[in-house]
Amino acid sequence: MSKILAFIESRDNKIKNSGFETASTALKLANDIGAEVEVLLIGNGVNAVAGELSAYGIKKILIADDPRLEKYSTTAYSKVAAEAAKQRGADFIILSATAMGKDIAPRLSAKLEAGLASDCTEILAQDGNIIAKRPVYAGKAYIELKVTSQIKIFTLRPNVFKSIKVEGISAEIEKLDIDLNDADFNVKVKEIVVSSEKIDVTEANVVVSGGRGLKGPENFYLVEDLAKVLGGASGASRAIVDAGWRPHSDQVGQTGKTVAPNLYIAVGISGAIQHLAGMSSSKCIVAINKDKDAPIFQIADYGIVGDALEIMPVLIEECKKVLTS
Amino acid sequence: MKIAVCVSQVPDTTTKVKVAADGKSIDPAGVTYIINPYDEFAVEAALQLKEKHGGETIVVSAGSERNKEAIKKSYAMGIEKGILIKSESEMDSYTVSRNLADVLKEINPDIVLFGKQSIDYDDSQVGNLTAELLGIPSISVVVSIDIDGSKITCEREIEGGKEIVESSLPVAICAQRGLNTPRYPNLKGIMAAKSRQIEERQPTYTENKTEVISMTLPKPKAKGKILGTDASAVPELVKLLREEAKVI
Repeated sequence: MSKILAFIESRDNKIKNSGFETASTALKLANDIGAEVEVLLIGNGVNAVAGELSAYGIKKILIADDPRLEKYSTTAYSKVAAEAAKQRGADFIILSATAMGKDIAPRLSAKLEAGLASDCTEILAQDGNIIAKRPVYAGKAYIELKVTSQIKIFTLRPNVFKSIKVEGISAEIEKLDIDLNDADFNVKVKEIVVSSEKIDVTEANVVVSGGRGLKGPENFYLVEDLAKVLGGASGASRAIVDAGWRPHSDQVGQTGKTVAPNLYIAVGISGAIQHLAGMSSSKCIVAINKDKDAPIFQIADYGIVGDALEIMPVLIEECKKVLTS
Repeated sequence: MKIAVCVSQVPDTTTKVKVAADGKSIDPAGVTYIINPYDEFAVEAALQLKEKHGGETIVVSAGSERNKEAIKKSYAMGIEKGILIKSESEMDSYTVSRNLADVLKEINPDIVLFGKQSIDYDDSQVGNLTAELLGIPSISVVVSIDIDGSKITCEREIEGGKEIVESSLPVAICAQRGLNTPRYPNLKGIMAAKSRQIEERQPTYTENKTEVISMTLPKPKAKGKILGTDASAVPELVKLLREEAKVI
């Protein structure tokens, strides 16, 4: 029977949502191709949260628990994951395409001479093989590909795959024995600076983005207020990032962040092709723009052709009203 | 200090993708190619490191003849030497990395810079993959670099914040937007770039580990609803979001 090893990301002993998505996807795939699933948790004291994975149907959890692994190290985490894959004889390795997953996966590819399909949005079983579908050109096109090496690695785009709870499973936890030396920690996270309390655009279910139609940085609060009311994150078009209204980290689009929330609200954004590439796979798109011919309306599910500054305050109040009633 | 930077040439961001006759790749007709924007940040970082710490700069690229343009652009910005590992057949990230690593082993740089991803296949693999093949640490998605003796400290973007990452040298760095503002080549640079040779190499590795089966365009969306031309359309919008789309 072939084996799937799923790397589950945790930070500060908290399993990320993307980790549960990875676990559920691994189980579904295992069911389709007749494989067994083992998951890997790396950290310091991760034992305490491992049990949470049982609730998602995971039966076997491998743990690399070491005080030196408390903070992320690309070299050490990659070594642990590669050793785990070798020790357990993994045929498939699945990770989430988060900042951490994207950092580890290429190293596993090198260490295990394994092909890697990154940032997949679909994983399909076909005649015992796995076909991955993933966006290219920031989502302007998709490719289907297969990995031809013996060990195959896939990273999953966060927020795309479902996490599914399963009742009545109690996982067996096994501590891995992996030798780590000082050289494995040549690169190490010293500190994490959280930008603010706000949710990152790539992880939010709702994203409200602003563009030139806001007329000036002093009006960006309208975007932030609506995002807050909807429990989402705020983003920006490249135009207003280049104009210095917003930081680079807010930019949605081909050379910024790619997002796929349930709801994307574009406020005063005309929809340059680069912007559309970064958000067009959102499940529901709302556009508010003065120009009825703006490209954003071609991909919007709902649109209001009008002045964002006039519409936004009313929209914020209406959402507040509806959500509290 | 020996500084290497790896670049590639990609369709520019305004490209409307059309699928080629093979059904697996982009139709290059009418496409304008540019140096990968993230590689431009890497080239700028290489030049700034040289200006601050002294040393030599070299650009390496693996791919088709087209990649010479990315090397020439790097020359025009100020990079001194360039190598193209030339292959007209499609190379996946693994194959590109194997070839880059073989050349970089010879160069033996103190720091090797990459763009955090190329904007064609968006793989985000080559930087870390090459670093692993070289047996050196790497820091990806980097927005600041500070070198102090044999220690480097970078800020790396993660979800909702930044990691402050420390590493020994040699190291690989993958550049993210925000790291710097790439310089425009001046006339002197452009003239100098014209006379500078590009060393061509044969690939040392050709076995891809992935195979593209097909390329497709996303399904066009059904025409959306325009609900009005002013704020009076807002209640209708909120109702639809709640009852039809069920997203709030």
